Amino acid sequence: MSYFAGVDVGSWNTKAAVIDEQARVLGTAVVRSGADLAAAARSALDLAVGAADLSSSRIAATWSTGFGRGSVPFAGGSRTELDCHARGVAHYVPGPSTVVDLGGQDAKVIRIGPDGRRLAHRMNRKCAAGTGSFLEEIALRLDTPIGQLDELAQTATEALELGSFCTVFAGTEMLSLIRAGKRPGDLAQAAYRSLIKRVIEMDVLQGTVVATGGVFGHHPTMVRLLEQQLGRAVVVPPHPQEMGAFGAALAARDGAASVEVVAGPGSDGDDAAL
Amino acid sequence: MTQLASAAALKSVMANYFSALGQAARDRSAPVAWCTSVGPAELLRALGFQVFFPENHAAMLGASRRANHVMPRAHALGYSQDICSYLTSDIGAFRAGETPLATYGLTEVPKADVLVFNTNQCRDVRDWFEWYGRRWGVPVVGVRSPRYVDEVREADVDGVTVQLEALVAPLEQVAGRRLDPTALSEAVRLSRRLSDLWGACLDTATHRPAPLTFFDGTVHMGPAVVLRGAPEACDYYEVLLEELESRAGARHAAIPGEAFRVFWDGMPIWGRLRALGSLFEEFHTAVVASTYCNSWVFAALDPAEPFRSMARASLELFIVRSEEPKERYLERMARFYQVDGLIFHDCRTCPNNSNTRYGMPQRLGDRLGLPTLVLDGDVNDLRCFSDEQARTNVEGFVELLADRGATARGSR
Repeated sequence: MSYFAGVDVGSWNTKAAVIDEQARVLGTAVVRSGADLAAAARSALDLAVGAADLSSSRIAATWSTGFGRGSVPFAGGSRTELDCHARGVAHYVPGPSTVVDLGGQDAKVIRIGPDGRRLAHRMNRKCAAGTGSFLEEIALRLDTPIGQLDELAQTATEALELGSFCTVFAGTEMLSLIRAGKRPGDLAQAAYRSLIKRVIEMDVLQGTVVATGGVFGHHPTMVRLLEQQLGRAVVVPPHPQEMGAFGAALAARDGAASVEVVAGPGSDGDDAAL
Repeated sequence: MTQLASAAALKSVMANYFSALGQAARDRSAPVAWCTSVGPAELLRALGFQVFFPENHAAMLGASRRANHVMPRAHALGYSQDICSYLTSDIGAFRAGETPLATYGLTEVPKADVLVFNTNQCRDVRDWFEWYGRRWGVPVVGVRSPRYVDEVREADVDGVTVQLEALVAPLEQVAGRRLDPTALSEAVRLSRRLSDLWGACLDTATHRPAPLTFFDGTVHMGPAVVLRGAPEACDYYEVLLEELESRAGARHAAIPGEAFRVFWDGMPIWGRLRALGSLFEEFHTAVVASTYCNSWVFAALDPAEPFRSMARASLELFIVRSEEPKERYLERMARFYQVDGLIFHDCRTCPNNSNTRYGMPQRLGDRLGLPTLVLDGDVNDLRCFSDEQARTNVEGFVELLADRGATARGSR
């Protein structure tokens, strides 16, 4: 039996997943990305391999994904998180589908065709609205640990709306509502609802809607609100937070070709390479 | 970006152009007119003006990554972050006493004796020119063009023709001479010749592999922008065309191992031009054509009918048109250049040259059966651009093209 691993180096967290040839998930791990991305990747992989009760030498191939995918020295290949979330979701959910991936730094909507292949994607603008960072900001305003925000939102009794597009303006709007005596649970849910609105305006959500990423994984109330907004069920696949890592492990198993990189001319001046 | 031997000739043509401008401004040997990029340059040349194009200047500020340093000085005057960042870069640089023209020996932008706009592209160009007009106390004249044009109607051409003809008297007054109709015809003839040559250069990218990319085009289009109606620009594009045809014949690729071909709609992102060029090269993807570079192809120009043909050319321009003719144009371009996908730049401060906000990428993608990508950014304001997001967006798009290619090969 051969085993494969994927490491998803995200802006906040680095996730790893270990699978077998049948794509069964044997172990996963999540660690903080911090400032040393290579170390975070190594740490996440070691933990996932340990959770799978394997030794590192049993891993036939490891691929990377996420914004730090280029900072994983031991990766045999890489794919974008757009590809890996689509690849992972297509394994669990037959197409056509639309993946809504909410991460700490960005939000993505990925359309998948009936054959399981990715058709198109849309990412949020250069702005924290519609991303996990927005919830961090709101949790701070509500003086609540981010890990308890969902619990707080579940106590909501009044459907409040935040009208602003902007994280900063939404924060000040929140202050006005606090001054008006609104309950923290209602405010937490208003923040979720605001985030959902930002996501559904990114693209038309066709076919089966699938929620992935750490934000949906840790804030199940958001899934319920998305279902309410869409008027239909939303699928949360196994390991939503580790879906990118799982997709990278599938890419490693399938030997999906990396988009080949050749030595480009590079930067010859002060125009930093992307 | 591609190293073309013609680059030396380009440098020389541009240096001579700026040098002549600088000299005219210094010793008053010729009147200086500022002109919008697709304004009536031929008329100005025929009247003996040295013609300066502030949009070219703003692009230089963007490419040299000075724009974000100087824009706050324009914002402080009430010119918003949400309006044209060419305008705010240029006015900001003026207030800061900065100019990238220092490279050509000019210590400041050449002071205008008159500023001439055409609002066919946007209103911002007029606001921009009026700021300088007020500051220097010089006339600001121009064409108030129809916009969002469906089919170009004779009535629209009539209206712009009348406005162009009405410019003659005030411009003659500034120039201190009468317009010679023969000189105008000659300027239009040269402009048309330049346009044909530039168009032929861009058409060489229909070859596989393409001998030049959009990123090369944005550099080599300089003379097509600033030297319309001048013979030296034609000379330059004859040299460039010969080189490109020779490269195409020898299958010399601008992007080694060209695997994918894509089209770029919208403005360049000047401050990231080289980085984006390198990024696409990493992924063997040639951005073979663009609406931007093709915007300086004016097929309507006709020396036998100078005013009317200038009017028609200014109205047929892509940026002036409504969604339907724009979509027809992009469909033609996608087929002509045989592209695998289209990239639309949503330029934050240039809504008039962003074709992403009324559903066009989705409609065109569906109709052509091609993937489309919307890249958020800006022509000059790098606060609106994220390197990380752009990289993931582009890489994810190329992965998608590669997967489609693999599927197509598998089904053959």
